[in-house]
Amino acid sequence: MSGAAREVILRRIRSAVEGAPEAEIVRGYRGATGEPGDVELFAERVRDYKAIVHVVPRAEVASTLARITEGRVLAVPAGFPSDMYAPSEGEPDGVVSTCAVAIAETGTIVLDAGPGQGTRAQTLIPDYHLCVVRDDQIVPNVPDAIARLDATRPLTWISGPSATSDIELNRVEGVHGPRTLEVVIAIG
Amino acid sequence: MSGVFVGMPAFPKNAAKAVQNSQLRFNLRKATHTIRGKRAAVVGELDDWAELRQAGKTIKDHTLRNLDRYLVELEEKVTAAGGVVHWARDAAEANRIVARLVKDTGETEVVKVKSMATMEIGLNEALAEEGIEAFETDLAELIVQLGDDFPSHILVPAIHRNRAEIRELFLKKMAGAPKDLTDEPRALAEAARLYLRKRFLEAKVAISGANFMIAETGTLVVLESEGNGRMCLTLPKTLISVVGIEKLLPTWQDLEVFLQLLPRSSTGERMNPYTSMWTGATEGQEFHLVLLDNGRTSVLADKVGRQALRCIRCSACLNVCPVYERAGGHAYGSVYPGPIGAILTPQLRGMDSELDRSLPYASSLCGACYEVCPVAIDIPSVLVDLRAKARHPRTERAGMAAAGWVFERSKRLAKAQRFGGRMRRLVPKRLPGPLSAWTDTRDMPEIPAESFRDWWIREGGTAGRRPAVPPDGNLPQESRKS
Repeated sequence: MSGAAREVILRRIRSAVEGAPEAEIVRGYRGATGEPGDVELFAERVRDYKAIVHVVPRAEVASTLARITEGRVLAVPAGFPSDMYAPSEGEPDGVVSTCAVAIAETGTIVLDAGPGQGTRAQTLIPDYHLCVVRDDQIVPNVPDAIARLDATRPLTWISGPSATSDIELNRVEGVHGPRTLEVVIAIG
Repeated sequence: MSGVFVGMPAFPKNAAKAVQNSQLRFNLRKATHTIRGKRAAVVGELDDWAELRQAGKTIKDHTLRNLDRYLVELEEKVTAAGGVVHWARDAAEANRIVARLVKDTGETEVVKVKSMATMEIGLNEALAEEGIEAFETDLAELIVQLGDDFPSHILVPAIHRNRAEIRELFLKKMAGAPKDLTDEPRALAEAARLYLRKRFLEAKVAISGANFMIAETGTLVVLESEGNGRMCLTLPKTLISVVGIEKLLPTWQDLEVFLQLLPRSSTGERMNPYTSMWTGATEGQEFHLVLLDNGRTSVLADKVGRQALRCIRCSACLNVCPVYERAGGHAYGSVYPGPIGAILTPQLRGMDSELDRSLPYASSLCGACYEVCPVAIDIPSVLVDLRAKARHPRTERAGMAAAGWVFERSKRLAKAQRFGGRMRRLVPKRLPGPLSAWTDTRDMPEIPAESFRDWWIREGGTAGRRPAVPPDGNLPQESRKS
């Protein structure tokens, strides 16, 4: 049945566009720059989404994580650098992860299920997500991120904590995804 | 399209009723003005917005021109990545496919991510007939579903409800809603979170739509805010996505354009909170893609109207439309309201019903929708084209034929004008019978005692020739005096 439907739809399309002129794609917009992204801009844009942001030298990441996760137990996905965070005993109430790419202009973090990022569910179900971003992972804009990413991996683009604007178009942080997003940017 | 709204009266009647509802007008005005401001601010941040818009338009046009080729490429890539592709000519076929897929899993409950396509085909109702219950998980969709209501906006389907109404609804219809629930948006969102959490964790089957499909890689893309999308897309064992064939983009790179156009146009944010992208069967899931035609190929066959298929469902046109702001979404009698609905619905459904024929008139042709459209759909031009194609009432056709006959010869016109001038005191302020539809909302024009042509000749001009103009360029005194 589906086979017949396929042929019918393809035939309908061919007859619908028959004789129509070819349409050329025009790309006059800013494309990928290949340059490093602005750390300050990234931090500011993530803060705009009401996420908590820390910018610290690479050597201080471990101590920063220890300080801000005090009283919490975080789940640690496979491949997360063991010298950065060591979970204490107990039931996790949050998750810590690395990321694949971050975008300065939009304040976005992209996870691609690579080392330290876990499965998509691991960074979704807990109410608290702590993400470590290295400054060399920050790119200036969306085209730069697209150029760096592999489409065939499972990708999650995160811009701030879960939110909704469904009630009178007021943005409210925290519905189904993690209600708190904390980002540690490692520089130098 | 489905029969969700079948039997609704034409737009003018619905709109006349809606504008009497002052609560609705207040809700809509507040919401549309808020979002308009946010959109303008974030669009203004990008100095290459015009170029992005042009790229968006031309990528979509190129895709539509080569849609057959790209759909076949997408099918290959999705299949190679372990997904199963199904094709559906119309709503009934798509609903049958989805119902069968759900039944094959042995489940009787599914969770859903907000999807215009499944709403268009009336999937929830069709599944209910097969004994399958579909739970909407988007907050606004949940509000609509609990209230047994219709969506009234593409992005925020419950835009017609204010916080107090939502609180009432939750207390009445949502099992386990806290007794002391306030009408704070935060508290309402929290109630929805608790209500749905268990469902997410237990669901075995999820149904979604998609914002984009990438032919080159077989990747599907869903943009959302709440995280209900991520829940549905990642947790259940089986994922079924129903997607209109026009949602295709040729290459991965093309996404860089639309991920800038859509969030800024839609929610007025630099980026929406969550975007999920997956290719085929992912992380142990079973994945089915149902490609939906349901009238899209007939839209594609229309040289003027086919540009409506560029639409990425951002809803920016609704938010700026003076007609939508006052009439609200329900008046359009379709899951696609507002200016885009006024051109999409009559093309998808055909113009057999009075409602669908009235939709191209649900506009003042001000053009604000065209200006904000991120893929430059010239909505006013399509509206005018559809108006010409719609069948008109007999009285209107008779009147137009008579007017055409009079205007055809200048002597006939002159006679008619003189007759009108003499009878002008007898013309009523309101016309009788079916013609009253015209004068209900308009004043009859003042008929002058003398036509311009007659005045011209009386003042010394000659028919067909200009009166002599003196070298200083001023008309003779007596002419200016008149």
